[in-house]
Amino acid sequence: MSTTNSRFKTSLLGAATAVALSAASIANAADTIKVGILHSLSGTMAISETTLKDTMLMLIEEQNKKGGLLGKQLEPVVVDPASNWPLFAEKARELLSQHKVAAIFGNWTSVSRKSVLPVVEELNGLLFYPVQYEGEESSKNVFYTGAAPNQQAIPAVDYLMNEIGVKRWVLAGTDYVYPRTTNKILEAYLKAKGVGDKDIMINYTPFGHSDWQSIVSEIKKFGSTGVKTAVVSTINGDANVPFYKELGNQGLSAEDIPVVAFSVGEEELSGIDTKPLVGHLAAWNYFMSVDAEPNSEFISAWKSFIKNDKRVTNDPMEAHYIGFNMWVKAVEKAGTTDSDAVQEAIIGVAVPNLTGGLSAMMPNHHITKPVLIGEIQDDGQFVVVWQTSGLVAGDAWSDYLPGSKDIISDWRAPLSCGNYNVKTAKCSGQNYE
Amino acid sequence: MIRFFQWMLLISLIVTSSLVNAVAANQDDTLEIAVALLQSKSFNEKVKAIEVLETNGGEQAKILLNALLDNRVFYIKKDKRLVVGGSQDKEYSVSDALTGEALGTLHRGQLQKITLNNKMRRQIRSALAVMNLRNPDAEKRLAAVNQMLDRPEEEQAQLLEPLLAQERNDRVRDAMQIVIALSNLSSDKPEQRMNAVTALEGNIHPAVRNGLSRLQRETRDPAAVKKIAQVLETIDHKLRLYSLLENLFFGLSLGSVLVLAAIGLAITFGVMGVINMAHGELIMIGAYTTYVIQLLMPEHIGVSVLIAIPAAFIVSGAVGIAIERGVIRFLYGRSLETLLATFGISLILQQTVRSIFSPLNRSVETPAWMSGSWEINSALSLTLNRLYIIAFALLVFAMLYLVLKKTSLGLQVRAVSQNRSMARAMGVRSQWVDAMTFGLGSGIAGVAGVALSQLTNVGPNLGQSYIIDSFMVVVFGGVGNLWGTLVSGLSLGVANKFLEPWSGAVLAKILVLVFIILFIQKRPRGLFPQKGRAAEG
Repeated sequence: MSTTNSRFKTSLLGAATAVALSAASIANAADTIKVGILHSLSGTMAISETTLKDTMLMLIEEQNKKGGLLGKQLEPVVVDPASNWPLFAEKARELLSQHKVAAIFGNWTSVSRKSVLPVVEELNGLLFYPVQYEGEESSKNVFYTGAAPNQQAIPAVDYLMNEIGVKRWVLAGTDYVYPRTTNKILEAYLKAKGVGDKDIMINYTPFGHSDWQSIVSEIKKFGSTGVKTAVVSTINGDANVPFYKELGNQGLSAEDIPVVAFSVGEEELSGIDTKPLVGHLAAWNYFMSVDAEPNSEFISAWKSFIKNDKRVTNDPMEAHYIGFNMWVKAVEKAGTTDSDAVQEAIIGVAVPNLTGGLSAMMPNHHITKPVLIGEIQDDGQFVVVWQTSGLVAGDAWSDYLPGSKDIISDWRAPLSCGNYNVKTAKCSGQNYE
Repeated sequence: MIRFFQWMLLISLIVTSSLVNAVAANQDDTLEIAVALLQSKSFNEKVKAIEVLETNGGEQAKILLNALLDNRVFYIKKDKRLVVGGSQDKEYSVSDALTGEALGTLHRGQLQKITLNNKMRRQIRSALAVMNLRNPDAEKRLAAVNQMLDRPEEEQAQLLEPLLAQERNDRVRDAMQIVIALSNLSSDKPEQRMNAVTALEGNIHPAVRNGLSRLQRETRDPAAVKKIAQVLETIDHKLRLYSLLENLFFGLSLGSVLVLAAIGLAITFGVMGVINMAHGELIMIGAYTTYVIQLLMPEHIGVSVLIAIPAAFIVSGAVGIAIERGVIRFLYGRSLETLLATFGISLILQQTVRSIFSPLNRSVETPAWMSGSWEINSALSLTLNRLYIIAFALLVFAMLYLVLKKTSLGLQVRAVSQNRSMARAMGVRSQWVDAMTFGLGSGIAGVAGVALSQLTNVGPNLGQSYIIDSFMVVVFGGVGNLWGTLVSGLSLGVANKFLEPWSGAVLAKILVLVFIILFIQKRPRGLFPQKGRAAEG
């Protein structure tokens, strides 16, 4: 009985809140532009996504201080999809049809993006997605401000191959779509560069894997043939700590077998004792330690916004910074927040990134970024040891996968297609899953 | 580019002149060049600085190299003076990098750290190894020679041969002879090569194996090939044996983690019959207690882990008692509702931790005495943290066993779990016993959290990843039987680790689960079923 009672109370409370919220939104509807923030604030992904919610709130606050957009103030609408993939779709629908937001900034995992995708396409919304991902997608309604594989994985492998002289490769990842696709691309890329089958070891582990003893010992054996070996890690956030700890304990140092990671950034390192990690690598498009004017401004703005001097900045935050500014610029250019007009206006828009350059939105809805390789230092920061000479344009469809080699994406007028096959001269429409 | 040539010219000039004159003044000059190069932003320049320090070879150069490796070299932002820092706190006691003269203490903010990359670290290590070859301390010499063995380079043998004659320490001599033999494998003379092969017989260092395999591929002479193959075979045989032992260790260590996580549950679920879904969160609270204790005493990381053990027991135990008194005691006998209620509690605890400590993982430092490994030989080394945790798990098990078998609380716990009404009739305060038993189980979960904080993430989701495994271990071992938990935890760990290399981590987990399901079909009461009347209830 007590359970039913409390459940009833909860739903009553929920209804009351909903009424209050909608009343508030009606009152404000006339004079603000709403921006949806779709990041998990509870559940497993809260660890990464909460920061991005705060970043968006800061960016919106700063824009409002500058006088808002089109003479109106921006109003953030924060919802919590609670790390629950189907709930992402529901919340996206709520943002678009109920709150009528002009754009959504959100998602972290690929599966949550795939869940939101049909909703934004159906309701013709705008989604800015700030995290590095596996590619093989280009939607009319989604703008990918994180890195595509050719903006992170491929340059990292190039660095190891050409600068460090790595000849044997361990591709280690968590068992889900991003590592599997990335490793498939990397394997094809390495083979195209003449690396043999016996010099590639591929390993997958479950989410949150914590017992790395056998795998690290296997890597140790694989790397003891006297040929330079490196680990390319697509291991997901949480499993990294025990992985690096085990590497340290078994005496595998970065000097012998460097690990280059695509999901370990400043934020993740702030929860780790970094001493055993010194010298291991990460590939990103931004590091907090980059010495550039806009970056130091951003860092001090962030620290004062979050009221904590110890908080760090990371790559997906920069992606939101770029994405938000691109959206603002496109809205100003179009003179309206209308979805179709912004989609047209945003292609070609260039805004400053935090590493001292300009990032531009490409016709395939991906952006141009520099690629940086950093080595972990004992204070949890990275020192940049290498970077691409110029900006790299994101490639939605990998050139190294047989299925997507011939596919291009161009959302400008005559073609207007996310997956145009240049061989068959056909656009397969939106259903590319 | 011109600048680069100027530097090179200068360096080579000074290096040669220092060879000719061999006076301290010139050593200082090379130091000065190195110090100037170290302040450069480009890693290539810094690499040159280390080359200069290596050729300098003096005492101060050695101090500087060691400090670089420990990340203790800075320049003062104000006057660009290069200094070596002492303690690793906010205030650094610094000394001049050139002269070693003490310069008092400076705040961290006034200093800029000289950053290194992997190439430099490698270079420094080999430079120090060469310098340490003449170190009076035999251990240092041995480490230097072993370093050469780990990273074989040319010219090492020439370096070692003159030293070998003077070496008094047997272990260092043996290590040196192996390095020399290894480089002799690529000698021009077939006879010398074969002598080297004989000298390396039975050595299982990976560098030796690689050297021999290379020689095997290059050799034409069938007799020599046969000999090498035979040596390689004995090496491989040894390696297989050690890898078996290593796997067994991995399995026991995984098993001991499972036992630790499950043993608290063996009491709350096994003895009391409460399906406690918040068990994982009690583990998490123990891990967070470790974190807080470390925050309280940042100077004594090594001791803090030991203090965290009783602290975590008390904190988690108290939370456990609160859960029992507040919720579970109203739900005895209604297992489905207990399951839902405790699941709710687990979510509340997670979110509470999220609001207090932030959703980010917290970093718990591993004390020095728990990091690293015990190297038995180059093929078998046991990581220390795992060794301690195996011992700790056994200790916790023994303590718990004694508490249940030898104390009056244990007696009452067993009495209540066997026949509640009879125990009450005999004057046992069954409610109090329930609370204490639940507290004991929860406290043990907290202690497990201390151990896990050394292995994995300390974050709000820590508990979730262990709850399923814990139930698995308890059910497989036989509900209500501590020995069953121990045996089932260890055997599941070992089975998992022997499957893993063959099937991969994901499949290994699935196979173990399938096995348990089949096993439970055959023997529903697990490995060690409880006998007697209690088993019926």
